[in-house]
Amino acid sequence: MTAGGPAATASSATAWLRTVRVTVQLKPGVLDAQGQAIKKGLDALGHGGVTALRAGRYYEIQMPDAPDLEARIRAMCEGLLANTLIEDFRYDVE
Amino acid sequence: MTIGIVVFPGSNCDADTHHALRGVLGQDARYVWHQETSLDGLDAVILPGGFSYGDYLRAGAIAATSPVMRALRGYAAAGGPVLGICNGFQTLVEMRLLPGALLLNAPGEFRCQHVRIRVERTDTPFTCAMREGDVLRVPIAHGEGRYYASDRELARLTLERQIAFRYCDAAGHVTLAASPNGAIDNIAGVASVSGTVLGLMPHPERASEAIVGSADGLRIFESLARWIAAHPVREAVMRARPAGPAAQAGASGEAR
Repeated sequence: MTAGGPAATASSATAWLRTVRVTVQLKPGVLDAQGQAIKKGLDALGHGGVTALRAGRYYEIQMPDAPDLEARIRAMCEGLLANTLIEDFRYDVE
Repeated sequence: MTIGIVVFPGSNCDADTHHALRGVLGQDARYVWHQETSLDGLDAVILPGGFSYGDYLRAGAIAATSPVMRALRGYAAAGGPVLGICNGFQTLVEMRLLPGALLLNAPGEFRCQHVRIRVERTDTPFTCAMREGDVLRVPIAHGEGRYYASDRELARLTLERQIAFRYCDAAGHVTLAASPNGAIDNIAGVASVSGTVLGLMPHPERASEAIVGSADGLRIFESLARWIAAHPVREAVMRARPAGPAAQAGASGEAR
């Protein structure tokens, strides 16, 4: 939590809200055509020193805290947010 | 004989498919809105091409969560023929009704061109009027069509004869240069083990009349009409209904 931020003045109900940050990326070894195109763009702008770039997706999710919070996050990732055949996901909870 | 064409927000080949079936072949066809919950009375179901939900998340991923898809799982499990074209194929792999995944094309570009595909399997409702090795000239129009499967999955696909179509040259040779998207093993279409669920990236409905440059795609719909006439699908699906809800619950509860 950010000290003195909105959380400090928020009602007690929001204290139960957690922020989940999920990042999804193609598994290593799966060709990342988007990442390669972005790297080419960087090259074109003169940033030729970039040796590798992998693209990904990022989600911020707010949900109430619960004893099974992590299990629910994993189920959401495996069920929709990531295609686990081709993508890895990682998350942190604040 | 009635063939259902599922319409999602963002489908754009539904009318073309309807025209190929009804206007060209004279088969009965009707649209099925994605919020419908029953596929009763349909002899086959087609998921058409397009950009359902704007390809948000991953192509086909949101369409896979539609209410009608719960019915589709039961329909497919009961042996009903299901064809996914382009975005429909992407949706079927997102639902795990077909193996593998479809990734951004290797050249990183949207590809809109005619390609040739070789028929690799003929004991399916969509290829039964063809011979193995036949070459069809059909168009593609996709950004995410690079078929991918892990080495282990690919070995299984090959063993189970699940590869239905491969990109090839005019002579029917499967070459790297013939693939427009970098698909593994030049795979353009795959089928379920039984063959009744099939997905492909090319658009047969856009190649169903000589006036549009090729009528080769019509052979897929002609196959389907022949299959339906020879297989009492509707009765089989109806008979399977008592087991339907349980099978459906099991399928939708499956971890992805």
